[in-house]
Amino acid sequence: MTLGHTFRHGIHPAEHKEATVGLPIERMPFVERYVLPLSQHTGAPSRPLVQVGERVTRGQMIAEAVGFISTALHASVDGRVVAIAPRSHPSGRLGPAIEIAAESSSPQRLPAGEALDPFGLSSESFVSELQRAGLVGLGGAAFPTHVKYRVPEGRRIERLLVNGCECEPFLTSDHRLMLERTADVVRGAAIAAHHLGAREVVFGVEENKPDAIAALQAAVAGHSAMRVVGLAVKYPQGAEKMLIRAVWGEEVPSGKLPLDLGIVVNNVATMAAIADWFDRRQPLVDRLVTVAGPGVRRPANLLVPLGTSVRSVLEHCGGLDQSTREVILGGPMMGTPLASLDVPIVKGTSGLLAFTDVEARLPAEYTCIKCGRCVEACPQFLNPSRLGRLARAGRFEEMVGYHATDCVECGSCSFACPSGIPIVQLIRVAKGALRERAAAAPPPPTPPPAPPSCHPLVSPESKK
Amino acid sequence: MNAANDPRLVVHPAPFLHPQVTTPRIMADVLIALAPAFAAGVWFFGLSALSVVLAATAGCVATEWSMSGRSQLRDLSAVLTGVLVGLILPPSLPLWMAALGGFVAIALGKVAWGGLGHNLFNPALVGRAFLQAAFPIALTTWVPPQGPLALYGGNFALPFMHAATDAVTSATPLGQMKFLGAATPLADLFWGNVSGSIGETSGAAILAGALYLLARRACDWRLPVGMLGAAALLAEVIHQVHPEKFPGALFTLLSGGLLFGAVFMASDPVTSPLAPRGAWIFAAGAGVLVVLIRFWGGLPEGVMYAILLMNSASPLIDRALQPRRFGGRAAKEAR
Repeated sequence: MTLGHTFRHGIHPAEHKEATVGLPIERMPFVERYVLPLSQHTGAPSRPLVQVGERVTRGQMIAEAVGFISTALHASVDGRVVAIAPRSHPSGRLGPAIEIAAESSSPQRLPAGEALDPFGLSSESFVSELQRAGLVGLGGAAFPTHVKYRVPEGRRIERLLVNGCECEPFLTSDHRLMLERTADVVRGAAIAAHHLGAREVVFGVEENKPDAIAALQAAVAGHSAMRVVGLAVKYPQGAEKMLIRAVWGEEVPSGKLPLDLGIVVNNVATMAAIADWFDRRQPLVDRLVTVAGPGVRRPANLLVPLGTSVRSVLEHCGGLDQSTREVILGGPMMGTPLASLDVPIVKGTSGLLAFTDVEARLPAEYTCIKCGRCVEACPQFLNPSRLGRLARAGRFEEMVGYHATDCVECGSCSFACPSGIPIVQLIRVAKGALRERAAAAPPPPTPPPAPPSCHPLVSPESKK
Repeated sequence: MNAANDPRLVVHPAPFLHPQVTTPRIMADVLIALAPAFAAGVWFFGLSALSVVLAATAGCVATEWSMSGRSQLRDLSAVLTGVLVGLILPPSLPLWMAALGGFVAIALGKVAWGGLGHNLFNPALVGRAFLQAAFPIALTTWVPPQGPLALYGGNFALPFMHAATDAVTSATPLGQMKFLGAATPLADLFWGNVSGSIGETSGAAILAGALYLLARRACDWRLPVGMLGAAALLAEVIHQVHPEKFPGALFTLLSGGLLFGAVFMASDPVTSPLAPRGAWIFAAGAGVLVVLIRFWGGLPEGVMYAILLMNSASPLIDRALQPRRFGGRAAKEAR
């Protein structure tokens, strides 16, 4: 292990990337129906610009940003708007969405636009271009990209960190992207670095992707400010604070942002999407998704038009094995479980995994023996054992003193726990309850004692 | 793919990958690590050793079963406590006392606190401390090793009757050192051909188990290493000042229950601090206390009380030494 090229703590889950790592990116064929939720990003949902019955074309903006922390949405196919109504969202809730019936006769090509020279733009128009392109962080969090590029008054961004870790097991789409679209990744990074005024650009890639490291190294050869840093394989290295620690050995102070160290972190796929927008005027209409897991008959790295249903993607991949018990959007450590296959692929969907009875079996639960494995796993240096105990006892306020709010919910503690305690879920529930209490105004001078919750997953609030 | 043919999906929160090591597996690892010491005990103290360990284990398992229910046995912690109690008892102890020790270990050492993971003190040591207080003579009656077929008369004493006195008794190496000023050859201490508790006499067997335990990461290495290191260091310093009165590091390490206690008792995760720095403090404190009790206390041996005392300090140590959070400044701020 190269010291200094990783963060402290973390876990080493089996990588399971072998099934898809060698598969070139493949385009998902167009299907009949597309459901585009208005909320595919962190922040305010977009506002529709089209009416039911209207004809739309692939790449056309169909919803606009509402406020600054919000972004645009584009039609991913030529077709007709058939509904603007609540539809199933991957989060499990219903949310407003634009449903489009695709035109079967259409070749579904993006209109070839005149390239826009990004280097000639003012930083203000660069930011609004990113927002018009509907760009979000493609690593999974789906935070609107343009927000990171409006540098607050008096701040300087010195460093751009391009995240090519892909530390979640099973996922290989970023790996394939770095191999097949190396030039676009570097081009996007050059554009981004120019507008940030960054003097240093680092590509952080885990050492289990030596071919991607080599490809990037060759591509950055002409750029004096750019370099590629190989990182020891460890989860959750792709978490931005961990990645900054791995590359530069610096810790982002608790409660602060990378911005406070003069750093912007973006995913490799986001970089390629920036190049797509300026060089080809192609907004975010497709995204790369790794389809894998023991329940999938034909694993693939697919370029999927946004709004395609999970069902269609799985059908394209040969269908599900009947032993499938879990379907997950995202990676196996932080992904979202699905109750139904009729939800759309959205901007933040990095993976689609199907797990069978074997993987879905929950570990038997025992009491905590304070073995300390969670403490050694926690990349935030928290004490998950104690947080879990406090959460289960309903003592949420006390958890603040143990920095529950610093938890990044990476799940390393749950993965490490030999007693099978769902520690990260207990902390999530507590954080949710604390947020609700903080939101309830005015706060009482002394918070009423929370009744102890018997069930780990039921917060006292929900029982009242 | 028709919705009607969809597989039945279960939904539970991330992560979807689960631990490979389970709590019963950790307990089993400790039991495996105890096997060499157990085997050495049987080699030197024969059938008596076997009977005492079985009696203590039966006491623990029966108590756990009756107080916590059968399902509680599956975590293997009751079996482990039983074996630990047995291995720290004298081989000629009446069997009913061994079983009673097992009962107290589980009932007062564990269940009374709320079960596995909630107890403040090491259950096996609670069991032994009770026996030592209740039956001080039986607990300090030592017999010389008589080989794998040995069966000592003391084992068969009935409750509250005087134990049949064994034909031969002998002081432990620590007793000889403390009261007679006589040193036992280090080779005997290392291989275990001396009198003492069943599992504690053979340094070689305990070290073999310790290597397995550390290789399996079944305990925090800082605990045994810190305790042994602190005891050896302090003993050696005092020995250098008073070489004729106090033994040096090697004798301190190999005699009595220090090795066994450091490897199998101080390393109990439940009753030791969670954070690495806390583990060092706990271990060093226990090591220092052992030497203080042995050199200046009324008893020849002090491992049990040293660990129990540090057990009681463990929650305080944990509270005072929360890990420094990522991007946080001072550890003190954590409170």
